[in-house]
Amino acid sequence: MNMFEFFQALFQYEFLQKALFTSVVVGVICGIVGCFIILRGMALMGDAISHAVLPGVAISYMLGINFFFGAVITGVLTAVGIGYVSQNSRIKHDMAIGIMFTSMFAVGIVIITMMKSSADLYHILFGNVLAVRMSDMWITLGIGVLVIGLVVIFYKELLVSTFDPTMAQSYGLPNKWIHYALMAVLTMVTVASLQTVGIVLVVAMLITPAATAYLLTNRLSVMIYLSAALGIVASVFGLYFSFTYNLASGATIVLVSAFLFAMAFFFSPSQGLVWKAHKSRRNRLELMRK
Amino acid sequence: MERALKIDQLYVSYLGNQVVKDITFSVEKGSLVGIIGPNGAGKSTMMKAVLNLIAKDKGEVEVFGEPLKKWKKRIAYVPQRSDIDWDFPITVFDVVLLGTYPNLGLFKRPSKADRKWAHECLKTVGMDAFSNRQIGELSGGQQQRVFLARALAQNAELFFLDEPFVGIDVASEETIIHILRDLKNEGKTILVVHHDLSKAESYFDHLLLLNKNMIQYGASEEVLQPEVITKAYANQFSFLQTKGVNVTS
Ligand SMILES: Nc1ncnc2c1ncn2[C@@H]1O[C@H](COP(=O)(O)OP(=O)(O)OP(=O)(O)O)[C@@H](O)[C@H]1O
Ligand SMILES: [Mg+2]
Repeated sequence: MNMFEFFQALFQYEFLQKALFTSVVVGVICGIVGCFIILRGMALMGDAISHAVLPGVAISYMLGINFFFGAVITGVLTAVGIGYVSQNSRIKHDMAIGIMFTSMFAVGIVIITMMKSSADLYHILFGNVLAVRMSDMWITLGIGVLVIGLVVIFYKELLVSTFDPTMAQSYGLPNKWIHYALMAVLTMVTVASLQTVGIVLVVAMLITPAATAYLLTNRLSVMIYLSAALGIVASVFGLYFSFTYNLASGATIVLVSAFLFAMAFFFSPSQGLVWKAHKSRRNRLELMRK
Repeated sequence: MERALKIDQLYVSYLGNQVVKDITFSVEKGSLVGIIGPNGAGKSTMMKAVLNLIAKDKGEVEVFGEPLKKWKKRIAYVPQRSDIDWDFPITVFDVVLLGTYPNLGLFKRPSKADRKWAHECLKTVGMDAFSNRQIGELSGGQQQRVFLARALAQNAELFFLDEPFVGIDVASEETIIHILRDLKNEGKTILVVHHDLSKAESYFDHLLLLNKNMIQYGASEEVLQPEVITKAYANQFSFLQTKGVNVTS
């Protein structure tokens, strides 16, 4: 199937439209939030929170409520727990993360196995974008609007507290609350991404496009736009490959985004390995000629 | 004269280890105050505690007769070491522009006038040629100057500068001390941690001499007396004299 046929199918099938719409929104919000996550050195935290929503999702299923609520609660609880353990003992932040998120994840697995529905577990872990329901789509859109709104409103504050927390604190920004707000946003983004990429691979959508953009620019604002754009490209092409070759959508989306990262890694005009090597070679040759 | 800063019985400790003890002094509006004392005397710690960046055990801080909280946005602070990520995607100009943020409301973005002002501040420290560089692509002294420019951009009433001249060449130090004098003449109040005693008298009108305890606070020539200085520097004193530090003037 070529791109043209994919577009034809897109007009034909509503489930495909929903899938595309949801994955584009997820690409955008993961791209935006990911920028702050990587610049704050919280990549590992992103991984932790995304895994920690599993018990929340499982319990919500059991109670028959929308998994959004359960996920946000367990996600934020984990973030607070990690902070509490690392601040009140000699346990380092990364150790606390390792302990907390694996425990939460394990609790989630136990609950889901007790419910005896391994098909659901598979979909939560790896995503199943073609099964996106109308209500999921609305939740994703709602989260998207909220995240973009927050970043637009608090852009200055986010920039200062990320770049220079000491300055932020000295002029009175509540760094700690900004941190927890970001954690809450992170859980919501994870929930929004559950169906497209699944819990296990959410962290890739958060980190890879943002890291790619990071290699391409020296301005945060540009980085955010680029990262969102890369998220969209990954989502659209990932969905295309998933639909065409009948592969898990999470995996194809992540692979497209990894491919884009590799391109930037080697060919970025300022940071790319290829240009760097080329420039220093030319320099050496010129010096030799003198 | 109006009193800009009043510090009353300030005590700070790290893990039960008292590093700042019983510091009481006040600073008049429009003065340029040097804070001196040996390494580990608690100069940086005192500054951070005054700014409420670390917890104090005891003590009151008043700014223009009000609690510090009300003045936070009008206080510029340049730390001794910025523990920032030097690879952060931000240009020199945008770092200076951050100085205008504290006085912008929520939603507000820096205006054209703010950008022009930031550019002027960058020019004042002689770094305007580097505006589009990424912040990590500068030398240490150049970075220090950019952070000074950011403090200037904040249009603050009070300045807290922790060793602003470390790693800065003589010419830039000269320029910067001129800037500080201009600020002082505009009625701004400036506190500077400084370790070069030989320049202390010519730079500052008042000196605060610390060594955990407050040794003395007063006019520069009063503090720079041998019997006073020895109290803080104890066994380093004869060394200081052989290095040509003039403390008897
Ligand atoms: N984070 C910390 N934890 C524990 N002790 C600290 C910490 N920071 C400083 N200290 C101790 O507190 C004392 C005062 O340190 P401070 O940095 O205030 O000194 P200073 O006067 O600024 O010295 P310098 O001239 O070297 O900058 C020192 O003895 C130092 O060992
Ligand atoms: Mg110090």
